[in-house]
Amino acid sequence: MAMSGNLKVLNRADLTKRLVGKLGQEAVVAGIGNANFDLYRAGHRAQNFYMLGSMGLACPIALGVALAQPERGVIALEGDGSLLMSLGCLATIATMKPRNLTLIVWDNGIYQITGRQPTATSYLTDIVAVARGAGIPNSEWVRDEAHFEGLIARGFAQGGPTLLAAKIDDKPGEIQPPRDPALVRNRFMKGLGNEKAAVLDG
Amino acid sequence: MPVTWSETFLAALKDNDVRLISYVPDNVLTPLIKGVTADNYFMPVNATREDEALGMVAGAFMGGMRGIVMMQTSGFALIANALASLIVPYQIPAIMVVSERGTIGEFNIGQVLVARTMRPVLDSIAVAHHTLTDPDTLHFVVDRSIKQAMLTQSPVVFILSPLLTGGNPAGPQ
Repeated sequence: MAMSGNLKVLNRADLTKRLVGKLGQEAVVAGIGNANFDLYRAGHRAQNFYMLGSMGLACPIALGVALAQPERGVIALEGDGSLLMSLGCLATIATMKPRNLTLIVWDNGIYQITGRQPTATSYLTDIVAVARGAGIPNSEWVRDEAHFEGLIARGFAQGGPTLLAAKIDDKPGEIQPPRDPALVRNRFMKGLGNEKAAVLDG
Repeated sequence: MPVTWSETFLAALKDNDVRLISYVPDNVLTPLIKGVTADNYFMPVNATREDEALGMVAGAFMGGMRGIVMMQTSGFALIANALASLIVPYQIPAIMVVSERGTIGEFNIGQVLVARTMRPVLDSIAVAHHTLTDPDTLHFVVDRSIKQAMLTQSPVVFILSPLLTGGNPAGPQ
């Protein structure tokens, strides 16, 4: 049984920066709100996808990318409130077993952006236990920064599906990506090597 | 030559490289689901919810694999947010097929009411939809509409009328 009670509380912006520093061509799909604010803050990459709405769909979108491009590592960044909205996707991911998919869950126990209302993880729900129960045995709590760096040093192209959950503080994101969805989609497709998306850029 | 409506429909998907089949099961969809499960060309994925299936198809499209979401009318009622905040604004040509419950012989009043929300929702966000009733024009409509979706970066919904499928076998016969 996963135990999240004694974990060190980490910082999402700091962990996101450490993650981005380790990335090559991996695709990153960031859920609504602070998950994508901090991804953008860590430095825009052509392989980043920033969601606007559709709360809860970061992991399903990332699954779609992973199925379409099985050789590319794909990472979903999702908050605890968002994941709680779509727990069923963990069962789908467990069934499909995409070896190139990693889910990273930022768990601060609150719906931070809507007014800090507590989520179920602030009471009894343990995201890692839920993921293991759904059929993703490679699910674990991040103990501290060094542990996180060690976990992501394994790479993202194989060994999945994997879920990493970190208890984080309540610091909000500081800057936001441009809300231009067609531009975001086009740049992401170009970053994934889609020739049509790149044709005008030569 | 394909003879059943489901074979014709799947042939049109193949003709347009639509490989990812993300579905939530339904009685009327059964021949489609059986067809894609029996054919290695397709990659069938049983999603737990229809919005999850739509997110998956959006991601796959951006990664270079075309996909379709298969659902019934009550499942469609779960996806308004995903359509309005993901598929339409990001200009993703998601293909969807909905087996139409709630009409021409429906026995469940809940299905009747939820079915009435479908076309108004689609019209309100200007998502193209075609109600398929005729096996003779089925391939033409599906084939050309998928091509239009891809060429115009716009989603499209195919509604499977009981006139085409015979309706839910659990309903009045």
